[in-house]
Amino acid sequence: MDLRAETPLFTGSDWDFALVNRIYEAIEPIAVDEMKLNVYPNQLEIISSEQMLDAYSSVGMPLFYKHWSFGKQFVTNEMLYRKGLRGLAYELVINSNPCISYIMQENSATMQALVIAHAAFGHNHFFKNNYLFRQWTDADGILDYLEFAKRYITLCEERHGQLAVERVLDAAHALMNQGVHRYPRVRPRDLRREAEREAERQAYRESIYDDLWRTVPIGAKAATIARDERLAVLGLPQENILYFLEKSGPQLAAWQREILRIVRLIAQYFYPQRQTKAMNEGAATYVHYRIMTMLHERGQITNGAFLEFLQSHTGVVYQPTYDSGHFGSFNPYALGFGIMTDVERICMDPTQEDREWFGDIAGSGDPLEVLKDIWANYRDESFISQFLSPRLIRQWRLFKILDQENDSEIRVDAIHDERGYRRIRRTLAHEYDIGQQEPDIQVVDVDLAGDRLLMLEHVVLNGVLLDEGDTTMVLQNLANLWGYEVALSEVDAENRNELRSHQAQPQPEWMR
Amino acid sequence: MHIVDRRLNPGGKSLVNRQRFLRRARAYVQKAVRDSLKDRSIRELDKESEISIGRDAIYEPTFHRAGKGGNRERVLPGNHDYLEGDRIKRPEGGEGNGADAGTGEGNDDFQFVLSREEFLDLFLDDLELPDLAKRRLIGGEVDGIRRTGYSTAGSPSNLSVPRTMQKAMARRMALRRPSGAEVQRIEEEMATIEALDPLRPEDADRLKRLREDHAHLVRRRNLIAYIDPVDLRYRRFEAVPRPVAQAVMFCLMDVSGSMSEHMKDLAKRFFALLHLFLSRCYEHVEVVFIHHTDRAAEVDEQTFFYSTVTGGTLVSSALDKLIEVAADRYRPDNWNIYVAQASDGDNMMQDNARVISLMQDHILPMTQYVAYLEVGRDKFPDAATTQPMTTLWQAYAPVAEAHRHFVMRKVAHRQEIYPVFRELFQRRGLGEGAPN
Repeated sequence: MDLRAETPLFTGSDWDFALVNRIYEAIEPIAVDEMKLNVYPNQLEIISSEQMLDAYSSVGMPLFYKHWSFGKQFVTNEMLYRKGLRGLAYELVINSNPCISYIMQENSATMQALVIAHAAFGHNHFFKNNYLFRQWTDADGILDYLEFAKRYITLCEERHGQLAVERVLDAAHALMNQGVHRYPRVRPRDLRREAEREAERQAYRESIYDDLWRTVPIGAKAATIARDERLAVLGLPQENILYFLEKSGPQLAAWQREILRIVRLIAQYFYPQRQTKAMNEGAATYVHYRIMTMLHERGQITNGAFLEFLQSHTGVVYQPTYDSGHFGSFNPYALGFGIMTDVERICMDPTQEDREWFGDIAGSGDPLEVLKDIWANYRDESFISQFLSPRLIRQWRLFKILDQENDSEIRVDAIHDERGYRRIRRTLAHEYDIGQQEPDIQVVDVDLAGDRLLMLEHVVLNGVLLDEGDTTMVLQNLANLWGYEVALSEVDAENRNELRSHQAQPQPEWMR
Repeated sequence: MHIVDRRLNPGGKSLVNRQRFLRRARAYVQKAVRDSLKDRSIRELDKESEISIGRDAIYEPTFHRAGKGGNRERVLPGNHDYLEGDRIKRPEGGEGNGADAGTGEGNDDFQFVLSREEFLDLFLDDLELPDLAKRRLIGGEVDGIRRTGYSTAGSPSNLSVPRTMQKAMARRMALRRPSGAEVQRIEEEMATIEALDPLRPEDADRLKRLREDHAHLVRRRNLIAYIDPVDLRYRRFEAVPRPVAQAVMFCLMDVSGSMSEHMKDLAKRFFALLHLFLSRCYEHVEVVFIHHTDRAAEVDEQTFFYSTVTGGTLVSSALDKLIEVAADRYRPDNWNIYVAQASDGDNMMQDNARVISLMQDHILPMTQYVAYLEVGRDKFPDAATTQPMTTLWQAYAPVAEAHRHFVMRKVAHRQEIYPVFRELFQRRGLGEGAPN
């Protein structure tokens, strides 16, 4: 069959709705029938660049509660955009069912094709199939839940005043990263039910409320509970600080607890995204690259359009070297796409080295099957630690450095050679392990019968302490929510010596 | 697959968030706005602008590891010639390759662009001028008439026929009033049957049914009026006080030889502020620029701010000009008239009497507000208190005693313009009810 038999879908860079539709209809059979991608139904929404700025600023969500920090983000983004320091993303995709992809009206026809392949099929497939998203997120319910959250918070503002709500949100945002359960008790999220349950809780509280009971003396019998028992009752130690506050904060009103809950559930919803940046972007990039190549091979896009595509594509997967002056960290697009194309090579055309390292996939002949399995069952950390090949380490000339506190110099610990491959791979995987990257902070005890001092512990790895200034501020927020003194002690992971400690007293005017 | 066009959705979803952000950072932004005034030219005073504020007000802290200290490992791309075991000097500052470059954005100022509206809001809000504007208008408002929908009662001349007919039609349809066409159709059919001769029995039956229907329809038509009193709708009008929305500002500036560049700059800044304020409070503000030496002339903005004429001083010439222009184009019963006069206070002794009489007898009666700004030399920061009183100041002092809407202030520094301006306008607002 003549591969270039078809006429191109478009020739210029202009697009209209009919064309977007034709492009979609050309891509869909490639993605679904040939690549066998398993996707949610798609919805494409065309927006202007100003709306894209809007969308950016509320963590990419179409509806969100109101808070000044989103305004701050908007202001920053707009500023960078106006000055031309930063372009806008071409697309924005939401993990929901149907999967919503925003595309900008300013994009050229080629870019629309790229974006549809990237977001509507690449990300969409990843969202629907990756185990973390399946376990932690509820694509069917998220939009309804956000709607509920927005309404609820507006209601709170009407009832309790904007300032009071803002305080709770500020404090909750500061603790947002400490608002996730890291280890799943596998229980599918049902966010739609969440909203209903809040209504039920409220109704129940109202039905049982009897003012008389407030005046019944409780007595002092609770004074002597054994520590073990106390910890068991409170579910301590607890790494999810927001959850602990929501359940046990003695000073919080019901609506304040509910706001903590909202922030916590949203943090949890985004938790998988934070763990799969390289994979998610890598998968989407791999998918768009493959689809655009096929469109070109079949003559459905012109040489010119393909060149335009390649230019954007190479821009996206560009990885500066450490000494290039604009190196920040690894580009997740480059890293994900690099390893995935390498996996494809290992499946199709393995060397002896690949056979030794990747016996189970080398020469399997079906890279797409292997990749789909990877997309479904790995996160960044396990993905890198399994599939970063020696060849890629050599190609990227990766090396590992060791920076020790009591050493005046930095040591090159491993380079791209036989002795270094595994160590480099392990260290890089480590860098993508969110459990390693984020400090391990837990609520360890609370003196409920005494002064209600809340005790937290940071287990210090490799002697890296918390940032002092930020910690003081976050702790202040925590104390305000808790309502009593809070203490955080930083202890060495190995010998449990206390390295530093912080305290905070609640601000008296806070609850007013 | 759906394609949804969201482009026509209202944009600015972030507007509320942006406003909240500004409110949160208000104190900082306000300070920045005020500071930015010092470096701005008069023409740019109300342009949208880029300002920067410290991060503190809007910082969002999180628990995270410090950028320094401890033992760290890291993988980097692009090794050229390092071998395992090589040692590298730590880069300056101790925070180099080994540190996590991704954390913290440092303590840079937070920069962003304020739109013109936001800028003015923050700027004038601090002045608390809008309240003043309302007070100022009380004397000069006229009654206006405004349409305010419909009512069920009113005078016949206000009957709204279309609206009444609309209501009537809705009522007729709801109550199913038989239409004329329907009655006519039955009457015609009755006529054709009646014309038949002889009548067959079924025709007679039909005729009977038609007669009954006809009677029924006619009864219904009589019962259900075509237009009922409940349908009547009258146009409703309401008298609303409508503020006089025009103002004129006379800028009088002394450009005589004694006025230094510094003094002119102070004066211009004051005019610019005043203009900014007036144009926010009135729909139409006209500005008349008059500069004077020993002769006065009405000039355009460009000339006013940038001309280089110079000469002696005769303040009354400017006042004459003012009165002349006002009589010519700005009749006091139609216009809010403001006067801002800036001078170094130098005037010919023999002119003072005339100045006072012009001011008291002609200008003050027709104006809303007259501000006299005396600009001093930069060299004496305490000019207002230590410098000897100028001739003009001495002349004006009793006028200010006698008239509340004549105020005078001295400024010697750019920084004083804003507070003085604020004081000038606030004082009047506060002093409104108090005896003077």
